[in-house]
Order: sequence, then C-alpha cells, then structure tokens
Amino acid sequence: MTDATVKLSDAAIRRRMLAEFWFYFSQNRGAVLGLIVFILLVLVAVFAGLLSPHDPTVQYRDALLVPPMWEEKGRAAYILGTDAVGRDMLSRLIYGAQYSLFIGIVVVSIALVGGIVIGLLAGFFGGWVDTVIMRVMDVILAFPSLLLALVLVAVLGPGLTNAMIAIAIVYQPHFARLTRAAVMSEMKREYVTAARVAGAGNLRLMFRTILPNCLAPLIVQATLSFSSAVLDSAALGFLGMGAQPPAPEWGTMLAEAREFILSAWWVVTFPGLAILVSVLAINLMGDGLRDALDPKLKRS
Amino acid sequence: MIRFILSKLLYLVPTFLGITIIAFSFVRILPGDPVLLMAGERGVTPERHAELTAQLGYDKPVVLQYFDFLGRLFHGDFGNSLVTKKPVLTEFLTLFPATVELGLCAIIIATLIGVPVGVLAAIKRGSWFDQISMTTALIGFSMPIFWWGLLLIILFSGILGWTPVSGRIDLLYYFPDVTGFMLIDSLLSGQKGAFTSALSHLILPSVVLATIPLAVIARQTRSAMLEVMGEDYVRTARAKGMPPSRVIGIHALRNAMIPVITTIGLQIGVLMAGAILTETIFSWPGIGKWMIDSISRRDYPVVQSGLLLIAGLVMLVNLLVDLTYGLINPRIRNT
Repeated sequence: MTDATVKLSDAAIRRRMLAEFWFYFSQNRGAVLGLIVFILLVLVAVFAGLLSPHDPTVQYRDALLVPPMWEEKGRAAYILGTDAVGRDMLSRLIYGAQYSLFIGIVVVSIALVGGIVIGLLAGFFGGWVDTVIMRVMDVILAFPSLLLALVLVAVLGPGLTNAMIAIAIVYQPHFARLTRAAVMSEMKREYVTAARVAGAGNLRLMFRTILPNCLAPLIVQATLSFSSAVLDSAALGFLGMGAQPPAPEWGTMLAEAREFILSAWWVVTFPGLAILVSVLAINLMGDGLRDALDPKLKRS
Repeated sequence: MIRFILSKLLYLVPTFLGITIIAFSFVRILPGDPVLLMAGERGVTPERHAELTAQLGYDKPVVLQYFDFLGRLFHGDFGNSLVTKKPVLTEFLTLFPATVELGLCAIIIATLIGVPVGVLAAIKRGSWFDQISMTTALIGFSMPIFWWGLLLIILFSGILGWTPVSGRIDLLYYFPDVTGFMLIDSLLSGQKGAFTSALSHLILPSVVLATIPLAVIARQTRSAMLEVMGEDYVRTARAKGMPPSRVIGIHALRNAMIPVITTIGLQIGVLMAGAILTETIFSWPGIGKWMIDSISRRDYPVVQSGLLLIAGLVMLVNLLVDLTYGLINPRIRNT
C-alpha cells in the first residue's frame, strides 16, 4: 500500500520536473530551433534509404561534376549536382547524416561511460586512487585534442572505428573531471551518509545513490561533446584519417572535393554547410539544456 | 607567491613524465619492427638488422629503453627524422616561428574583435547588436574551420583574386631569416613589396585560425561582464553618480578581464589543433603541416618528438596562464 503511493508520487515528481525542464528549455528560442533541426537530422538519417534519390556510391559516368539543378548546366535528376566521379551530391549528403549521428552517439557513449566510471572511482575513493587517476587525465588533457586523436589514429590505423575510439579517449577526461567534482560535493551530503548507515554497499552508493544527482552537468557536457565529435571526426576525415572513401562522410567528401574548389563550388560548399548546420543545431540545444538544467550557470 | 609558483611547478613534473611515457609507448606499440620500418622497402640483411637493433638499443628491456629515451631528451636529443635524417629539434625550431607568427596574429585578431564585441553585447543586453553578435559567435564556434578556409579561398583568391592561395610569401622575394617572422623579416630586408606580399599571405590563414577563439572570447567576455555588472561594487559606483563610461571602464571591465585573460591563454591548445587544419589548407610551412606530413609519411621519430614538444609547450603556456591568474587574483594563490 505505502509502496504504491511512493511510486505514484515518484512518477508525479518526475512529470513535474520534466514540465519544469521543458518550460525553461522552451524559453530559449534558439534551443527549440536547434532541437527541431536536430530531429529533422535524425529523421533524414533514419529514412535515408527512402529520401535519397540515388545510391550514394553509384558513379554516373555520363554526369561528372554536374552543377546543381538551378544552375545553367544543371539537371533535374541531380538536385544538388554530382561530384567528380558522377555521384549524386544530395544522396551522399543524406547518407552522410547517418555517419555524423552514428559517430556522435558512439563517441559520446564511450567517453561518457568511461568518464563516469573513472570519475566515480576517483571521487568516491579519494586518496591515492584519486591522485593517480587525475594525473593520468591531466596528461591526456595536456595534448591538443585533435593532435592526440590524429596520432592515436596513426597508431591504430586510419578508419572510422579507430577515429571514433581516438576521439572518445581524448574527450573522456572532461567527463571524468566533471563526475569527480560532482561526486566529491555530493559525498558530503546527508542523504549519502544516511544510505551508508542504512547498509548500502559501495557499488550501490556510487551508481544508485550519488550518480543520479550528478547527471545535469554531464548531460550538458555530453551535448557539447556530441557537436565536437561531429566536428573532429569530420576534420579527421578531411585529413584522410577518418572514414575512408567512398564512404559518404561529410569530412571525407570535403577532402575529395579539395582540388575542385575553384572549378566546382557545389562539391565544396554543401558538405561543409551540412557539418555547420548540424553542429550549430546541437550547440544551440546544448545552450538551452545548460540554461534549463543548471540554474547556477546563468544565461550567457 | 613563491610557494604558489613552486607548487605549480612541482605539479607539472608528473604530468610531464606522463607525456613522455605516452610519446614513448606510442612508438613501442606500433605494429612492426622499428628497424625494418627505418630500412623501408629496400630491406635489410639479418646481420645488419641485429647490428642496428643493438645500436638503437631495441634489444634492451622496454623499461631501460624508456630511461635511455628520457636521458636523451634531457640532453636535448629528440632523435632524427627518418625522411630528412635531420635532428627533429632542428626541424621543429626552423618551422616553429611560422606557426607562432600565424598563432599570434590569430589571437590578436580574436582578442581585438572579441573583447569589444563581448563588452558591447553585455552593455546592450537584449539589443539587436547583442543578438546578432552572439548568434554570429555561436556560428563561429560551430564552424568546421577547414571548410571555412576553403570558402574564403574560393571567395578571396578565386573570385576576387585579392589574396594568394598558399605559402608564406611570393617566391620572388628572398631574404635571410632574422627573427623567423616573415612580417618582420620582410620589413628588415627593405625589399619593395615584400611586406605586402607577406601580409597578404598571412591574412586569410590568421582569420581562419582566429574564428573559434574569437567566438569563445566574445561569449566569455559577455558573460563575465554580465556577472560583474550585477555585483554590489558596480551598483555602489553607479549609485554615487559615477558616469556610466567610468563605471564600465574602471570597475566592471577590470574585474571582468580576469576570467577573459585565462580564456585567451587557454586558447593555445585550440590554436595548435586549429593550426594543423589551417596550415594544411593554406600549405603554411609550420608545425601543424609538418606533423600531418610526418604522420602520412610514417616518420615516427618526428611524430613522437613533435607530439612531446607540442604538449610540453602547451603545458608551459598553461603554467604561465595559471601564474598570471595568481598574480592578478591573489585569492587563487592560497587555495
């Protein structure tokens, strides 16, 4: 009986919190716009097969470097034109959305899970465990992130999987630091002591008692890392170290387009625009999330 | 203050050792035999192979090899490039001024535009200027700079024909390296047109490299100003009838600058990462392009020591930022 009432009020509190969160989030017009663009991006990625007019890797030999349809020599079959080997730009851009979202999700998941576990260990146990872990994190943070990712990819071998692992390793210390700081401030609270007195073990204390109360800054950092991951993986692709041709990854597309910058503007412009719009949308969302989740960080 | 500096320095020792371990193990975990790698496609006889392995110390235990590596580092020996056979440190020092020139120019552009824009946006909070500048800053912050560079090349080099596409100066000009900074050396050489040529080569890459730091500085300045302007001492200054220009100039700006200076200092890591991309796009002969070229040429001694030198440098600059911060803000010293 009492159990049921407790559960009910929990759900009600959760609904109330969600409503409050949405209230603050929707105050920020930019954040809502970012969310809409992001949802569109997800839809495009999910329904890429239905939306794209052509196969992204088929080379139409009779249509090399055809300009977009509104240009003089454009053709209606290739709305945004074709690239140097006759592949449809629009289809490649649509499939590229899959790559970007996939990369973002994988990188953030690895970095988040790794960072949370490491940060929890450091913050919870303190002492030499903390010192050793945080020194290792400092070492990783001492390298410019793109450079370290590049060198890691050079060691592991160029390719999308290795690029994602490298970027996740480079991002992970940010999550570890945030988790550690949050855990250390939560550890002093009474509810943690209460749970400990009630006989909760270390694992339960770490993951069930403390972690849920540390999530807000981690969610904000995860959003920001998502956009950085899209940017950095595109940069790695552009430098030839990320996804390998003929994958329709936006950065890789830009690398292939480099020699045509002065002759075919569309092969250069569209992939970059796609990167910019996605990253901007995620960053707008991140700003809104920060405002809504963290009252301490005032609107800036 | 001396205790503060010493503690900061002491703190760096384990980090630096960690960096050397990463740089060292990076070459060790590479698949394949380093000697075979050095020999390249020509191959090597078994006797020569054994001789080289012993000569380079690869037959010793890994831990000993690490201490040898560390010992050589402290003697300034960063190894030789497999491709050019020159010492890595010499190559680094030759190319380094080009990156510094580019980076300095970028940070100057970013600061000179970012700080005033941030201050103005904070003063006129909610105005159209605030909204437009902060939207622009967010776009800049989200910019894939390698694409931004290509767009600027299309516009300014392709369509308008105003700036050259690559390099540091026209090949017509030749003068000795004095400072390593093309702008200063071209002026010192006294050759007509040399300075203009150097400047026109520098302008696009530095704008591209400045983009992200500019956005970060503008956003940071704005939020720091907003925070300070809500403080009691600013209200007091206003209340006692001080003109708004003095309130902002003397009270608000000075205090808001403390976090902004830190932000500017911390952009060095961003600049180094950006330099890799910018130098690649504009064929700028600096450290970033050197690293990329070495990675694709599998010139591992260069990659290893380059990584070490760059990380060490970023660490030193961060230390300087920390110390400056302690200098302007005495409260930090005692924590």
